[in-house]
Amino acid sequence: MAYPPTYRYTKEHEWIDVKGEVGTIGLTDYAQRQLGDVVFVELPSVGTALVAGKALGTVESVKSVNDIFAPVSGEVIEVNTALEGAPEKVNADPHGTGWLVKVHLKNPAEIDALMDGPSYESYISAFEKEDSH
Amino acid sequence: MLSSIGAKSIEDLFSSIPERFRLREALKLPGPYSEAEIIQYFKERARESAVGYTSFLGAGVYNHLRSVITDVIIQRGEFLTSYTPYQAEISQGTLQAIFEFQTLICQLTGQEVANASMWDGSTATAEAVLMAERIVRRRRVLVARSLHPQYRDVLKTYARHSGLSVEEIPFAGDGTLDRKALDSALQDDVAAVVVQSPNFFGTIDYAPDLAERAHSSGALLIVVVTEGVSLGLVRPPREADIVALEGQSFGLAPSYGGPFVGAIATHEKFVRQLPGRLAGLAYDSQGRRGYVLTLATREQHIRREKATSNICTNQALCALAATVHLALLGKEGLREMAEQNLSKAHFALNELLKIPGVRLGFDAPFFNEFTVVLPRPVDAVNRHLLREGIIGPLALNASYPELSNHALVCVTEVAARSDIEKFVSALRMAVTLPQDRQ
Repeated sequence: MAYPPTYRYTKEHEWIDVKGEVGTIGLTDYAQRQLGDVVFVELPSVGTALVAGKALGTVESVKSVNDIFAPVSGEVIEVNTALEGAPEKVNADPHGTGWLVKVHLKNPAEIDALMDGPSYESYISAFEKEDSH
Repeated sequence: MLSSIGAKSIEDLFSSIPERFRLREALKLPGPYSEAEIIQYFKERARESAVGYTSFLGAGVYNHLRSVITDVIIQRGEFLTSYTPYQAEISQGTLQAIFEFQTLICQLTGQEVANASMWDGSTATAEAVLMAERIVRRRRVLVARSLHPQYRDVLKTYARHSGLSVEEIPFAGDGTLDRKALDSALQDDVAAVVVQSPNFFGTIDYAPDLAERAHSSGALLIVVVTEGVSLGLVRPPREADIVALEGQSFGLAPSYGGPFVGAIATHEKFVRQLPGRLAGLAYDSQGRRGYVLTLATREQHIRREKATSNICTNQALCALAATVHLALLGKEGLREMAEQNLSKAHFALNELLKIPGVRLGFDAPFFNEFTVVLPRPVDAVNRHLLREGIIGPLALNASYPELSNHALVCVTEVAARSDIEKFVSALRMAVTLPQDRQ
């Protein structure tokens, strides 16, 4: 799967798509492949204040639970409620309809600290080399 | 082996235990005995038990009929010595039994999902409170003072280091929860209201209005049931958010205070916050039905410090005994057992009230336990009863100092009419004899 070049990426495998002062956050294709079938996503409620680098929720597969980390600080303005009944969207369309939350950016400069598309792809190619052993 | 791990002696393996806690001399045990001497030893100890006494003591542990069939089944090696059913492929019998237990608990309590069992009713209550705290994200808990004293103690132990604030709501003159006191304590910082029904005094304390009151402040209602047989006749607490149950009444002998079996039942929407094991029904790749442990991501071996609880087991054998017992009784049998409890307890009360000086303590409706006020201290009366081969009622003033001379009497289906009449006449003698004769 291609990694959208306009998105920015974290080391913990979240992506953020910034339009103006609003960012849409999700998990990358690499993350969903590592997780396996997603069965439940625990997301914050609208109005929650996110802090860059802190957990905003969890994603559960059958055998594991993992924290989801906020790429930026800001206020949650929308939550993808479709995931309640269809958590598998995170696997099927991780960069699109599998989005998690939309946030109003508190400090847009935080984006600069994140990886762009090509940097993220080379970052994970190191992992994928290990995986194939 | 010691040298291969680099230890000089067995003592080295205990070096992390502080000196002052280490046993420095051998335990004073009798023996060593031969098999015959051991059998003789326990026969003598058994003779010291009140075998053949009739009991009118309840207070959270109930003397009910149980069939020998239960023992025959739970003592089968496949059940008695089997390990935890982590590997579903070789544990279908155990998992199915757990699934049936969970189903029965739901049917009895009117709830949608139940766990695979807890240690007992007291820990089920404490864990239900922690569950409510997680769901509602508040830290204040209102607990009925008529909740079993030991359950309240266990809850305080759990609350002490988890930042929960536990407040007691008094009981009214009729023995039920003081609704006025509850209303004034209910604010939007309350996580849960905890009520036992029938409560410690035997009175039926649950009614749907309690759920409405709790919900109006955004709090959850937790109902605790210590006498499971009551659910054979009393309307189940369907409107409660969480039910914490003690299952001892279902085929587990009182023994020496345990082992018993607890359970937590709740609404489907709270299932991810439910602690304890959960058995689930699933289908394999060929469409065949099977059972598994499910929603394991709640548990601490996956979620670690964020798990719903540190519990990583269940009371499997006791839960199986309860399941077998309930299957043997069936719906009709449990109802009939409950009806006998109700009528015998009410018969006993009527007879007791004929004794001069004896009056009813709390006049709200009751199931198989009630409170009478005696003209003499309960302990003195019980000493007399014991000499007659009768285990008497609980003296309530030990846990409720203001309830002096209040006795909590329990009558179950095991008491024959003649036992009840003997109890009443012995008690009459105990309260009318000149006191120096006691």
